[in-house]
Amino acid sequence: MGTVLLQLNNIRQTYGEQVVIHDLSLALQKGDIGCLLGPSGCGKTTALRCIAGFEPVSAGEILLNGVCVSSADFLVLPEQRRIGMVFQDYALFPHLDVAANIGFGLHRLTRVECERRVDELLQVVQLTNVSKKYPHELSGGQQQRVALARALAPKPELMLLDEPFSNLDVSLRERLSMEVREILKDQGITAILVTHDQAEAFAIADEIGVMHQGEIQQWDTAFNLYHRPVNRFVANFVGQGVFLPGRVINAQQIEIELGILTGEISQLCDSGCKVDVLVRPDDIVYDDASPLQATVIHKAFRGAEILYTLRLVNGAKVIALVPSHHNHVIGEKIGIKLETDHIVAFHRSAQ
Amino acid sequence: MTIWRLIPFIAAALVLAPVGVIVSSFFAPASDIWQHLFETTLPLLLINTLWLALGVIVGTALLGISLAWFTAVYEFPGRRFFSWALLLPLAIPAYVTAFVALGLFDFTGPIQTTLRTWLDNDLSWFPDIRSRAGVIIVMTLAFYPYVYLLARNAFLSQGKRSLEVAQSLGFNRKQGFFKVVLPMARPWIAGGIMLVLMETLADFGTVAVFNYNTFTTAIYKVWFSMFSLHAASQLASLLIVIVFVVIVLEQQFRSRMRYAENKRTEQTQRIQLTGWHNWLVTGFVLCVLFLAFLLPVTQLCIWAIQSFTPDYDVTRYLEFLWHSLSLSGLAALLICLVVITIVYASRRYPGSVMRYAVRTATIGYALPGTVLAIGVYVPLTWLDGQLSELALRWFQIETGQLIQGTLITMLIAYLIRFMAVSHYPIDGAMQRITHSIDEAALSLGLSGWAMIRKVHVPILKSGIFTAATLVFVDVMKEMPITLMTRPFGWDTLAVRIFEMTSEGQWEQAALPAVTLVLAGLIPIFLFMRQTEK
Repeated sequence: MGTVLLQLNNIRQTYGEQVVIHDLSLALQKGDIGCLLGPSGCGKTTALRCIAGFEPVSAGEILLNGVCVSSADFLVLPEQRRIGMVFQDYALFPHLDVAANIGFGLHRLTRVECERRVDELLQVVQLTNVSKKYPHELSGGQQQRVALARALAPKPELMLLDEPFSNLDVSLRERLSMEVREILKDQGITAILVTHDQAEAFAIADEIGVMHQGEIQQWDTAFNLYHRPVNRFVANFVGQGVFLPGRVINAQQIEIELGILTGEISQLCDSGCKVDVLVRPDDIVYDDASPLQATVIHKAFRGAEILYTLRLVNGAKVIALVPSHHNHVIGEKIGIKLETDHIVAFHRSAQ
Repeated sequence: MTIWRLIPFIAAALVLAPVGVIVSSFFAPASDIWQHLFETTLPLLLINTLWLALGVIVGTALLGISLAWFTAVYEFPGRRFFSWALLLPLAIPAYVTAFVALGLFDFTGPIQTTLRTWLDNDLSWFPDIRSRAGVIIVMTLAFYPYVYLLARNAFLSQGKRSLEVAQSLGFNRKQGFFKVVLPMARPWIAGGIMLVLMETLADFGTVAVFNYNTFTTAIYKVWFSMFSLHAASQLASLLIVIVFVVIVLEQQFRSRMRYAENKRTEQTQRIQLTGWHNWLVTGFVLCVLFLAFLLPVTQLCIWAIQSFTPDYDVTRYLEFLWHSLSLSGLAALLICLVVITIVYASRRYPGSVMRYAVRTATIGYALPGTVLAIGVYVPLTWLDGQLSELALRWFQIETGQLIQGTLITMLIAYLIRFMAVSHYPIDGAMQRITHSIDEAALSLGLSGWAMIRKVHVPILKSGIFTAATLVFVDVMKEMPITLMTRPFGWDTLAVRIFEMTSEGQWEQAALPAVTLVLAGLIPIFLFMRQTEK
């Protein structure tokens, strides 16, 4: 394991009366890419601005390399933190060309060193051919890469990215987020990204914190967020799925309408207690031979798969992802079966 | 309907004609008076104009930028109030600020009189307000809102963010301001300064009160004391060259502003000032507002009350008021009608030629009133002569002067100068009527006049109203054109102020001045209401 580069200990942030961040803690290893994922207004951008030093914290502390940079009565100025930042609107300097934008933060280097570093970065972000152009002459994706290169230039210890892809169209978003991940990994930069788009978070981050109401609900890998959400909010926010009512039989089994589920139960309670079980589209498998029948009430063609919304006999709805050669019309009955090795279930009353 | 198509070109020609007349006079043989001027006063005029322009540029830039920065990025007591109150000086015509300053700080003014009784000695150390520095200070206080307004726009949309970028790249706040914020706002600041420069070069009233000789006062004097229209035109041609350079620069900055336009980001928290910084900024801002607005307005009110003696001639005041109001109303109506047709024509027949025509038609704002007065007067006098000759030859009628002595000369000059003022809001409103809106109306069965009445008029209404108000107030405050081309007996409030202040009768000029300030407040409140939304 590497060393911890960034650590947030119970930070709290308020705008006047309004509490934006309740109680936020996280630790990020050197070289890792972390992500704060959450709906708008959950405080994720504010958290990022606290790390950058643009906002003070009202309680708790932020440690960089084990040294406190922010606490309730102490603040290291942003310019002294060696933290790079890519802003949501890029905030490129319109009066400077691409090369000058990238070289802007290299004021401590000599001219020759500066030029060398700028050339190096132009190659990294593949913009050598537009180095003399001005920001307004570039496409959105190019502007984004200039912003990244500008932030990378002074070799920051930590890189912050505030919704870096939200201004790009969807097709470009995916490609660029992978590119950015490669660049960051290649340069060995530790980074934190803020986004509301889970696909983006999954594509770029090693670890993701799902935020809600100023708190991190779960700090984990993408796989665990999807398959082992710790609470209903995470289960709902990440991925698709429905909750079906169920009853615990024993430590390994829960009975729901679709039958008896067997597997490891995430949140165990006494046998007989009532729970809601999370059923993801990939938990339901298409099977013509299955005695379990469901009616197709809606379908969405996705290319390789079709996302079916199915109604079970008692009226509950589930969604199923089925290879797209199994084409059925609305109203038709199809056979399905459950396939789970791990059961996500929450007490009926629990939030 | 090709006649509509021609209107913008006619308007452009109308703007170019006086410029052509004035410029061609430069190449006419030099008169004796010109020779005399050239040897005696011209160098002084140039030096005076240059110093004035330089001083006012530096002054308005310093005031405008610092005020804009404080109100756009920081939080201090009264910030909300000050950010709009700092526009209030725009309501006072510069020549009014000028005569109030003179009345206050002159040898016989209340300040020096009071100081003398207190200190009981001579005040030879007291700086003379009737000086170059005096004019520069007065104009700076009158014109800084132009720079303030534009710089504030730039700072609001990108100031805090660019400061943060600079900080994330290792610069402190002060370095960030000078290395990033200021260079990024340069097109806006330069645009504001160009407006200030145009106003300074065009100004007649302020320099006239101060007896500070510039081109505008010289043109007036040559015409009215030496009766040489010719020499006046030649002087005007020099001024036009200077103005032309400014116009070209201004257009350049404006096009750069378009490139640099940033999307307005959501406003993050302002930087809270604390301790003595807090009160220093509040004190500074209050000081500017006091000198530029509160003090002159208070003094005006005092004078206006003092002048209101039992034998005050109310009917004369009402006559000036009536002249001002009717003239402004007439001009606003005429100008808005012309501009509406221009805007419709350029929408119906777009293209680069049309664009140039519209741009030319709206450049008249940069032409100083004194220059315009001559540029319009000369060709119209010639036309008048031709017309009466024709009438005599063909119809054997003695017409006398047909155009001179009527309001026509004045209205045409107003039209040329203020088309730009009304073009901006009306064109802005027209931009909102996209072609798909027209098509939507057509697809719903509305066409022709019905479409104009039910779709266009409601959308254009507020733009036209704003345009009419702006022109109305601008014409009311206008001094040189009115002074030089008014028909006999058509004295307005501005003319009254000029005449009274020429004789140093500040109290007599106060009531007309208060009236103009009240009118000047209207567009500011309109503007505020628009930006509050």
